[in-house]
Amino acid sequence: MLNLDEIQKSIMAEVADLTDVPAGAYNFRVNSKLAGRHTTENIDISSKEQGSGIDIFIKPNTKNESVHIPVVVSDSGIKETVYNDFYIGDNCDVVIVAGCGIDNCGEHDSQHDGIHRFYVGKNSRVKYVEKHFGSGTGDGKRILNPVTEVYMEENSTMEMEMEQIKGVDSTERNTIAELKANSKLIVKERLMTHGSQNAVSGYKVSLNGEGATADVVSRSVARDNSSQTFNACIAGNAPCSGHTECDSIIMDNGKILAIPSLEANNVDAMLVHEAAIGKIAGDQIIKLMTLGLTEAEAEEQIINGFLG
Amino acid sequence: MLELKNITFTVDDNGGEKRIIRDLNLKIDNSRFVVITGPNGSGKSTLARIIMGIEAPTSGKIYFDGKDITDLSITERAKLGISFAFQQPVRFKGIKVHDLLRLSAGKELSVNEACSYLSEVGLCAKDYVNREVNSSLSGGELKRIEIATLLARRTKLSVFDEPEAGIDLWSFQNLIRIFENMQKDIKDSSIVIISHQERILRIADEIVLLADGEIKKQGSADEILPELIGTTAAVNACDKLM
Repeated sequence: MLNLDEIQKSIMAEVADLTDVPAGAYNFRVNSKLAGRHTTENIDISSKEQGSGIDIFIKPNTKNESVHIPVVVSDSGIKETVYNDFYIGDNCDVVIVAGCGIDNCGEHDSQHDGIHRFYVGKNSRVKYVEKHFGSGTGDGKRILNPVTEVYMEENSTMEMEMEQIKGVDSTERNTIAELKANSKLIVKERLMTHGSQNAVSGYKVSLNGEGATADVVSRSVARDNSSQTFNACIAGNAPCSGHTECDSIIMDNGKILAIPSLEANNVDAMLVHEAAIGKIAGDQIIKLMTLGLTEAEAEEQIINGFLG
Repeated sequence: MLELKNITFTVDDNGGEKRIIRDLNLKIDNSRFVVITGPNGSGKSTLARIIMGIEAPTSGKIYFDGKDITDLSITERAKLGISFAFQQPVRFKGIKVHDLLRLSAGKELSVNEACSYLSEVGLCAKDYVNREVNSSLSGGELKRIEIATLLARRTKLSVFDEPEAGIDLWSFQNLIRIFENMQKDIKDSSIVIISHQERILRIADEIVLLADGEIKKQGSADEILPELIGTTAAVNACDKLM
């Protein structure tokens, strides 16, 4: 696959499930440089000035196509802020796979701050998958601070799967979304922190048009001495419906702060929030042990299922 | 197969000591269908949990196929061939019915194989195999899935803690058929059921009547059942609903 070393290849597999160049459009960024790009008749990718990011243009009526834009940071000490803007035309149906992996074997911190902006056209459907991953044995920290902005036109749908399961020392994630009439946003966030990691995840979803809906669901696990903050606000500014849920498992000396909030600015806004934090139930472990699993295996199955 | 020797189980009771099981001795041979019954609070469920290793006896010894398993963990006992169906099955967010059956079987399980276990317990397999074992399932559905996990386990000794509770009356006969098939399918296997349902007591090879943590009577269904009818140790299924 292109000209990647083994570590870079393994990160690519982790963050984008890629073992080879994907079908469709792609843009690979490795250690702040372009490592491969492919465009299609309907999907164009162009670089912003001075390597500060890319613009992705998806023509109206593009259906069943995908764009992969994985990022790999394997040199210690890289700090970068990258702006990627997605312009999705009307009546599209596309899959966008992003993801960033940092392998840091050095003593300097490595940091990638990806700022993604999505402009989703009328009647379009977008599935967005983003995985964050860290590896390496160095003392340097692996830091990811993604910002995601989503602007949705009428009748559009955006489904976002965002996952950070392992190895990222510090993350501060901010997502904002603005929805016009009858548009629909579905967010599934999966987060696990371990060691002394810290993760902050904030959402501000504004339901501005009649019939707009949002469902923001986060499942997280905080183990060892890690800490997490989940802060999701759904604002209903029109007759709309919104739901946010934060469901967390806390282990060891983990700490979790969940702040789901709702803001109703219209009498016909129907908004619901739920939050639950708890340790793994003893009965769950016992049940799996009666099936022949060890306590550690049982715990792993429960966490994998919960985050699955 | 299973032998309990001088089992005592005590708990703290406001600074004092309360005996739940008192110096109990019980032997269960191969290929037996044993029902342990008794009034509420007689220690039936505690005894079942002691067999599986969920509770440790205060004193006494437990032998399984001649091996002392008193100090073995739940996992070790499960691997030796003991399985346990909970009275109140556990729910798991995110774990699917198929996953639970796969873990029970201890190997990869095709959808068809998973479905065959579900069909066996009267669940329309395709509707359930990919569902999460979470609060969207009713108590009765969970109970049947719990029984399906034991079918997938295929162990020499299966312990069921009140398997009929929450299961609709129409499936009672099916439940009994499941127990009979389990014994047929697994050579020398035995089943221990905690129950006070008359219909389950009727099919027992052996009934053990427990009261105040002690065995009060033990024998065949013909011997024991007539004395139990009308007591809380053997209730009619319809009475239980009232």
